[in-house]
Amino acid sequence: MSTQKVRLEQVAHTRSGDKGNTSNIAVFAYEPELYPLLREQLTAERFKAFHREAITGEVLRYEAGNIHALNFVAHGALGGGVSRSLALDNYGKALSAAILGFEIEVPEALLPRLRQRQPA
Amino acid sequence: MSEQAKRQKTLRIGSGAAWWGDRVEPAGLNAEQGELDYLCFETMAEATVSAAQVRARRDPGFAGYDTYLDDRMRAVLPGCMRQGTKIISNQGWINPQGAAERIVELLRELGISGVKVAAVGGSLITERVLALAPTIMENGQPTATLKDTLISAEAYMGAEPIVQALREGAQIVVTGRVADPSLFLAPMMHEFGWDALDHEKLGAGNGIGHLMECGAQVTGGYFSDPGLKDVPDPWNFAFPIAEVEPDGSVVISKVAGSGGAVTLQTVKEQMLYEVHDPANYLTPDVVVDFTQSKLEQIAPDRVRVTGLTGKPRTPTLKVSMGCTEGFIGEDMFFYAGPGALRRAQLARKILEERFKIVKLEAEDLRIDFLGLNAIHGAATPPDAPEPYEVAVRVAARTKTREQALKVGREVDGMAVSGVAHTGKRVPHQERTREVIGVWSSLVPREQVQAQIVHFTS
Repeated sequence: MSTQKVRLEQVAHTRSGDKGNTSNIAVFAYEPELYPLLREQLTAERFKAFHREAITGEVLRYEAGNIHALNFVAHGALGGGVSRSLALDNYGKALSAAILGFEIEVPEALLPRLRQRQPA
Repeated sequence: MSEQAKRQKTLRIGSGAAWWGDRVEPAGLNAEQGELDYLCFETMAEATVSAAQVRARRDPGFAGYDTYLDDRMRAVLPGCMRQGTKIISNQGWINPQGAAERIVELLRELGISGVKVAAVGGSLITERVLALAPTIMENGQPTATLKDTLISAEAYMGAEPIVQALREGAQIVVTGRVADPSLFLAPMMHEFGWDALDHEKLGAGNGIGHLMECGAQVTGGYFSDPGLKDVPDPWNFAFPIAEVEPDGSVVISKVAGSGGAVTLQTVKEQMLYEVHDPANYLTPDVVVDFTQSKLEQIAPDRVRVTGLTGKPRTPTLKVSMGCTEGFIGEDMFFYAGPGALRRAQLARKILEERFKIVKLEAEDLRIDFLGLNAIHGAATPPDAPEPYEVAVRVAARTKTREQALKVGREVDGMAVSGVAHTGKRVPHQERTREVIGVWSSLVPREQVQAQIVHFTS
């Protein structure tokens, strides 16, 4: 079956939170049917590679299948932590936006499940 | 166990603040229209207490509690006291007794007498922490290495001392450092008679507290992404209300007619906010398990959550240690028009060379281009389009104030010895600041004793 590459923002919504020098970025499938795509394709390794040197430490991935979510815990992502960080976004609040550009392969049958950004 | 008759009907708990700088008006809305049994305020982010300690050292007149306490209490006391809504708040910061005394004064100013206000202290363990806590969680080093830089240490207390204060008749409880979700768990334990060792109920209660602790983040306040995730009237967010049943299930809702939304998506996002392992979220009262929960949209702006549960609590409490860690110098200037990015890149090169000449000793240095790569750094797509305008932001962390001052001095030099078309920084900006680093550790829970003091208006 043929697939199409789309940006994650059409598949999932995200939110990041901070604890010390660690950021957690949770990724929530918009539809239950899309969750397996996240589980298969958005691995901890790919998540870390996508951010290049912006995440210096280990990335762990937790599954919360009950709410169709993955939670990525990224160590060393906050420049030392909120108060000592030189990062402009020292809480990493905007970190959850970067991964929305990650590309996901979506089977054609699931394309109608994707979100389309509506024009203003 | 409480001697009172256990409540069997729905308990309504509203949020009054998610952090110190949060809006006051939605707290007033909840107080007036939320038909609440309890209104809970969370005003202490991780670094708030250390910042308060630094201020207290410099300013002997600093009261040591939430600097917006008067605003918050004036907005909610009349409605809450008229309707019998009890208030739980961690606005006490490093001086809960002072906060309680101020609340009593405010009650008297409003002509409300006979209200019992309790202060819960005991979270500050600065003098004892190096003896109690052996290891720094973040780096595995001994806490003794912080001996010369430690400003303050606070343990995160759980819900139990608040429950005790309520049992002793308090209508308003103001605390120092208490874990955020525990502020919301306390009224559930008190009203439903939940035992402190009933980890399933407490897991549900602290899970609900976690959904509530960040205020409007669960009612759409941190959600809008135009065209993809829209919420109505985002200028008029309400803080959430938890309608809790005795079995630990809950409906998250908000006052009718307010802005924002309570949807499956907003609740899910808050559920994992600042959580690491969703099956093991550590709090002082219990280990929360979110992975068995079920969410259901039962009506517009009403999401029911069932199946929140927990596991037995750990023998230790987390402690936050604020330490002096040098200084940050930071400044900014601007380029615009054709070639803006090229000029910004030359400016960066000039500054890098200047910092070698003036021997800047930086622990860390960043030169960012706002409008291009300042937020995501290395994760910025390499093919990002050239921006029309760019701000160059320079920041260095240093051991001494003298070193940090070099950042601003070198940016000043760029005004006439730099690059064409340089826009100057915003004047009078605070360019040098002290850094208070926060480290964590664990202390045996029996070493932290709450102190409860009662006052009456």
